[in-house]
Amino acid sequence: MTHGHDEAFDHADVAPGDEHEEGGAGLRVLGYLAGLGLAILLTATSFFVAGTDLVWEPSIPVALVVLAIAQMGVHLVFFLHITTGPDNTNNVLALAFGVLIVILVMAGSLWIMANLNHNMMPMDRFMQMQR
Amino acid sequence: MSDTAIAYPGSDPRQLRSMAGAVAHSGPASKRIVTAYGFWIFILSDMVMFSAFFATYAVLLGQTAGGPSGHDLFDLRNVAVETAFLLASSFSCGLASIAADTRSTIWFQLAMAVTCAFGLGFLAIEGNEFASLVARGAGPTRSAFLSAFFTLVGCHGLHVSAGILWLLTMMAQVFAKGFRADIQRRILCFALFWHALDIIWIAVFTVVYLIGSAR
Repeated sequence: MTHGHDEAFDHADVAPGDEHEEGGAGLRVLGYLAGLGLAILLTATSFFVAGTDLVWEPSIPVALVVLAIAQMGVHLVFFLHITTGPDNTNNVLALAFGVLIVILVMAGSLWIMANLNHNMMPMDRFMQMQR
Repeated sequence: MSDTAIAYPGSDPRQLRSMAGAVAHSGPASKRIVTAYGFWIFILSDMVMFSAFFATYAVLLGQTAGGPSGHDLFDLRNVAVETAFLLASSFSCGLASIAADTRSTIWFQLAMAVTCAFGLGFLAIEGNEFASLVARGAGPTRSAFLSAFFTLVGCHGLHVSAGILWLLTMMAQVFAKGFRADIQRRILCFALFWHALDIIWIAVFTVVYLIGSAR
């Protein structure tokens, strides 16, 4: 990736989406092909697991979530070029904060709503009290 | 009082700060980094918005109000084709960014056209699915589950539609203005947007379709 390396003072950072390596176009295409292959593999596994009887049934949703998170990682690394290198610190920190908020919103909503649902009086008893 | 400050220039906090700054960094980041980083923050906030829709869908998954559930409605073969289309368009979008970096106009326009074709194919399948759901009486007004479904998947579809408009704009701008530095920054932001849409689709086909059709 040539951009961001033209100016000497930019060596410490890489823009999100830009690749760090100076490799040629052929090497970069290979990187995208590797990402595509892994993504196809994980997607095919997801669809197979969802429709099969070979896996213990209660484990299927957990397996699907794990496969999805793995595929998101593949997309982040091979398509968005987010790395753990020192030139990506800002990008990774912003991503980490975003992931934290996403987890809080999703897990918090599910937890609170399940709790409310559990503590709510059954509807038939509620109707009796209304009379 | 002011005499002591002059006598010891090192005690002047402004001077200290400027000296420390000269050691820590030697100037602002380039415009490409600033622009892409700002857009990266937008994409992450967009994902936070989507997480609220996902939480809504997960909470309302069982609230079908006696109507059809995901198991009765979803056609997983359709979803697999949609997934393949979006993944292929993400790949050709990556090829378009490589072509933009090597300043190859023909390959850029070709890769963007392929990206656009797969994106339009995805939208056609999704529109078809929505139309058939409404025709079968399973529209967004049928139950809380279907309201959440149409909101979440429809919001992703709107993002894809906006992305296709942006894609066509970038093709036109490269055609009219060439690979100028500001056009290159827009191409970088567009690539971030398009790849992010594919990441959100991973969550959609897993949570909405595969987990949603299990029960």
